[in-house]
Amino acid sequence: MNDQHDFLFFKFSNVRRMIMSEKEVLVKLRGINKQYGTNQVVKDLNLDIYKGEFLTLLGPSGCGKTTTLRMIAGFETPSSGEMTINGEDLINKEPFDRNINTVFQSYALFPHMSIYDNIAFGLKMKNMKKADIKPKVEEILELVQLTGFGGRFPHQLSGGQRQRIAIARALVNNPQVLLLDEPLGALDLKLRKQMQVELKRMQKKLGITFVYVTHDQEEALTMSDRIVVMNSGYLEQLGTPDEIYEKPRTKFVATFIGETNLFEATIAQVDEDEVLLNFETGCMRGLGKDFELDEIVYASVRPEKMNFGSSNFYKPSMPAVVKEHIYIGSIVKCIAMLPNGQEVKIQRLSGEPLPKPNEVINLYWEPEDATIMHSREDTLFSLIENVNLGGAYDDSK
Amino acid sequence: MIFMHNTRPDRTRPHLIGTLFACSIYLFLFLPIFVVILNSFNANKTKPYATFKGFTFEWYIKLFDNPALLSSFGNTLLVAFASTVLSVLIGTLAAVGMHRYKFKGKSAIDALLYIPVVIPEIILGISLLSVFAWVSIPRGLITLILSHVAFSTPFVIFTLRARLSGYDLTFEEAAMDLGANRIKTFAYVTLPLILPGILSGGLLAFTLSIDDVIISYFVNGTVKTFPLKVMESIKSGVAPDVNALSTLILLGTTGIVLLTQSGLFKSEAKS
Ligand SMILES: Nc1ncnc2c1ncn2[C@@H]1O[C@H](COP(=O)(O)OP(=O)(O)O)[C@@H](O)[C@H]1O
Ligand SMILES: [Mg+2]
Repeated sequence: MNDQHDFLFFKFSNVRRMIMSEKEVLVKLRGINKQYGTNQVVKDLNLDIYKGEFLTLLGPSGCGKTTTLRMIAGFETPSSGEMTINGEDLINKEPFDRNINTVFQSYALFPHMSIYDNIAFGLKMKNMKKADIKPKVEEILELVQLTGFGGRFPHQLSGGQRQRIAIARALVNNPQVLLLDEPLGALDLKLRKQMQVELKRMQKKLGITFVYVTHDQEEALTMSDRIVVMNSGYLEQLGTPDEIYEKPRTKFVATFIGETNLFEATIAQVDEDEVLLNFETGCMRGLGKDFELDEIVYASVRPEKMNFGSSNFYKPSMPAVVKEHIYIGSIVKCIAMLPNGQEVKIQRLSGEPLPKPNEVINLYWEPEDATIMHSREDTLFSLIENVNLGGAYDDSK
Repeated sequence: MIFMHNTRPDRTRPHLIGTLFACSIYLFLFLPIFVVILNSFNANKTKPYATFKGFTFEWYIKLFDNPALLSSFGNTLLVAFASTVLSVLIGTLAAVGMHRYKFKGKSAIDALLYIPVVIPEIILGISLLSVFAWVSIPRGLITLILSHVAFSTPFVIFTLRARLSGYDLTFEEAAMDLGANRIKTFAYVTLPLILPGILSGGLLAFTLSIDDVIISYFVNGTVKTFPLKVMESIKSGVAPDVNALSTLILLGTTGIVLLTQSGLFKSEAKS
């Protein structure tokens, strides 16, 4: 009886620990700034990296992803801010004293060493015995599916194989954090897709914390547990791929991640947790709190959330003219144009009934499918630059 | 068909004129060397030495009875080795530093490096002599070595910098990332990767030192190097034992060239 109780307690606490450990903070960045001369590259970055997670830094080229990674690796020193690992200061540690390893974008395999020696390098530096090194190298070569390649030299491998060796060379040291800077950037599309799956598999199997840098949003969405969206040195949004995609908090995130339709509007009415939006070409509802009357906002609606209504539709909607259909495999992209010239993307599964080109329709969305964001603009309709009404509206007159 | 022939000459077969041209160039280059070798086996004992009067090893035997000539050769080797080691040390540090760090006046230093290279040797010789007189270092082996270091170091730096321009500092970051401290990083990664550059720079410094006459002439004091000894003896025609030593030196350098061509420096060709 007592035994069973103990067992259950043990089991329960284990489960609890497993759940808890997912949220255990490993690396902590607080108020990190990095300046090169007058060029501020990373701006007041606050970030908790959890133990065992796959965290992705996502953003356009030049937004400071590599710099952030290099600060964690120890190749760059922050201009200000604090950085800890397991609560210990990290900033004053040399790169070779950090239990953190990097997979470089150029792989940086030592050209004068065999694959075996490349992988063994980190272990040798830790003064591990030769007899202990061998099985470790062989085990990791098996993990990256390159058993028997130890005797070759880097220049005798293909790009994809070198990439795996670079990963193996870092992973064999069993780092607390593995940093990867666009590791798949040099591979062709097919190999990249395959490596995405494999990297994720390795990360799960080994339970090592991955900090992954990419400018490819699709890659970030498929691989990550959490995504940090960066833009010109700022952290724009931090969240799970779902949150980032479904609930973008800024215009930048909405447009950078996936395809979306972005509309400018003013708040016409504030209800309990819903707002009425006044667009240039119509009225529509959206979910949202903390908005003020007459405030300028953006509404972001994903193409797959846009709906067609007939021309005599009664709900809040926007009139538009269908311009064209683009068939992409199993989906159809439909482009429609609003009276002010803005193009709207609508996505449907192929086979679904669609209005024909040149047909006048009413576009609408469900309030919960629109993401409403504060705009930093103080003038309305800055979004639409080239107003070209096209022939379709002349015809419909 | 004639047009076809003219527009697409057969590039795999050498043209007769081309062959003759190439042969004459090689003749021009190698005839003097051949004459030296031939004369080292020339049995002619009276001046002019140039007329060939039968085959002999006599000069090679005589050579080893000529302590002045042999010791001059010893001096040359000593100066060459010492100055090569020093200029390679200085040059490597300079080249690595200039590759790695950005600092004020770097381009000025870069440009200044060319001056000892383009300056007429006779001026460099006079300048060095003045400096040695000024700080009153007695002329001899020391001044010879210092002077040779002065003129060969820029060449070592140039050779290494050309080599380093393709060298990615990421390798060093990778080494440190894997736990190697700075000394280990240099020993296991930097040095092996730049070694071919160091060796070719060293070889250049060595050859520059071994046949230097002009600068050595100003700073040698009473010490005679082999080229100076040859210059001295040439006033009365080229002595046959000088030919013999020259032939031996030729043999040595040809050996080194063949050795380097046949894969001693293979890693240089690879990357
Ligand atoms: N060593 C450096 N010196 C000066 N500017 C730098 C240096 N490294 C990066 N930068 C600048 O910092 C910005 C961010 O660079 P980086 O972190 O590499 O961006 P990302 O990896 O997101 O493309 C760029 O504008 C780049 O020019
Ligand atoms: Mg980058």
